Amino acid sequence: MELTLLWTIARRELREALHNKWLWFFAVGLAALGLALSQAGMSAAGYAGLGGFGRTAASLVNALLLFVPLIGLIVGAATVAGDRESGALLYLLAQPVSKAEVFFGKALGAALAVVAALGLGFGLAGMGLAFAGDTNTTAYLAMAGSVLLLALACLGLGFMISTLTRKAATASGAALILWLGLVFLGDLGLVGATLSLRPTPATLLSMLLLNPLQVFKLSAIYNLHSALDVLGPVGQYAVYHYGDRLPLVLTGLLLGWIVLSFATAYILFARKGDS
Amino acid sequence: MESQINPRILAHSVSKSYKKLHVLQNVSFEAVPGEALALWGANGAGKTTLLKAILGLIEFEGQVLVNGCDVRRQGKLARTYIGYVPQEFVFYDMQVIEAMLFYARLKKIPASRIPPLLDRLELTEHAGKAVSALSGGLRQRLALAVALLADPPVLILDEPMANLDARARREYLAVMLGLRNEGKTILFASHRFEEVNYLANQLLVLVPGQPAEALDIDALRRRYLPELNLVLWIAEERRPAALSCLQSEGFHAHLNGRGTVVVTVAEERKMVHFAMLQACQIPVLNFEVEEVQAWN
Repeated sequence: MELTLLWTIARRELREALHNKWLWFFAVGLAALGLALSQAGMSAAGYAGLGGFGRTAASLVNALLLFVPLIGLIVGAATVAGDRESGALLYLLAQPVSKAEVFFGKALGAALAVVAALGLGFGLAGMGLAFAGDTNTTAYLAMAGSVLLLALACLGLGFMISTLTRKAATASGAALILWLGLVFLGDLGLVGATLSLRPTPATLLSMLLLNPLQVFKLSAIYNLHSALDVLGPVGQYAVYHYGDRLPLVLTGLLLGWIVLSFATAYILFARKGDS
Repeated sequence: MESQINPRILAHSVSKSYKKLHVLQNVSFEAVPGEALALWGANGAGKTTLLKAILGLIEFEGQVLVNGCDVRRQGKLARTYIGYVPQEFVFYDMQVIEAMLFYARLKKIPASRIPPLLDRLELTEHAGKAVSALSGGLRQRLALAVALLADPPVLILDEPMANLDARARREYLAVMLGLRNEGKTILFASHRFEEVNYLANQLLVLVPGQPAEALDIDALRRRYLPELNLVLWIAEERRPAALSCLQSEGFHAHLNGRGTVVVTVAEERKMVHFAMLQACQIPVLNFEVEEVQAWN
């Protein structure tokens, strides 16, 4: 794989993705959300301080759980399927480039676009929080890091969908369905499983860790509170079982999702090509 | 120095099936420098599939060598010898010059090659325009400019003139002929007889589910284009009588927009109609013979 070719393709993909208005809508929306929550947290508490930040960040986590997977999935789903439908993918593959260079160039470009948008959103929200009062910078940066990993994992899932579909509209639809599944059905499924199967905390934790959104939620809450008591017996079990290794385990799981989703997408892409 | 007789494209027993559908069956051919090989067939005959196989983009049985490179094992290297022009060109959201620069980087060609190419294909004045703002003809010329960036020995074109008007087609064909005469090997898919007749030295006929067949141009004309359009200039007051005379004998005759009488005839019987009109005492002032397009 030649890095210069990969970077040439990545630059073009980055430029294309940065023209996606939804990406910037999200970034600005994220910043606005962060600022709004910080104001709401301050006025409710009557003072600015660590407690204010903690409340803001906790509210942000719930919002991030909805929107970050969506942006990753939608951006990922639009890449390969759109180019395949228009014929641009065939034309690109007909150049003296390998499938790996095309795929990873597109993946790198899309990833940079998502990181740029999230960076802008988090940066603006962070500045707002800093002006509002004390900010736990370490916790905020840790949460931003977890958000980036979640976004990239969902981008990989979007790429998987994109390589399997021939039309951009179908890919977007499938991405939305997957988003619904991850966000809502995942939670509902867990609730249902808990009520019907009455699993042990260990089993329930294993089920939670299968969903990258839940992994992010655990990571974000742990970064904010250094504990998972708010999640009940499952959270307490996770801290008890993994101890100080918990942040590493959760980060490793998100990284694993990124590697698994992009690797699977590449295998599918290499097999299907432009067809 | 490259021997003139070494084929630039060598295909041996190329076959491709999608589930139970045999799209390509034992296709074999050679194309040497300065030769244009036409792939002739209706939609779905396998022309694009064969081109994709030669580009190394799909799995297939058999072997294809481009400039000695096996396209399946050395696809990327083989594609350095190929300039590809698709039927419809998609350039993303770019200006002409940006598109040229992007593909020049992919082909590892210095940017200095771009201005002479734009000049040659009369695109210099359009360099700053968005590709989406170009006409179909200009876009296809841009596609050809991109294909020629690395001065490849082989050009592969998938019905590049399908969406062009008659004038743009003629201009494009003239450029292609010039490239062939410069020694390029051209492989193009088409279902227009005029393009094949003008440009091709060799012809491969693809029919779904059947082995490919090499034909010469005359054999193609006789088999697939048995009919011609005979266009007759007849004095205005005699045209209804001329139509009546021809139609009464069972011939398909009609008046076209120019007021001329057009008769569809079998090639070997085209003189019969002059005799018939003479017998009806209808003088023919002038005439023209037009090829009937097989799949238009």
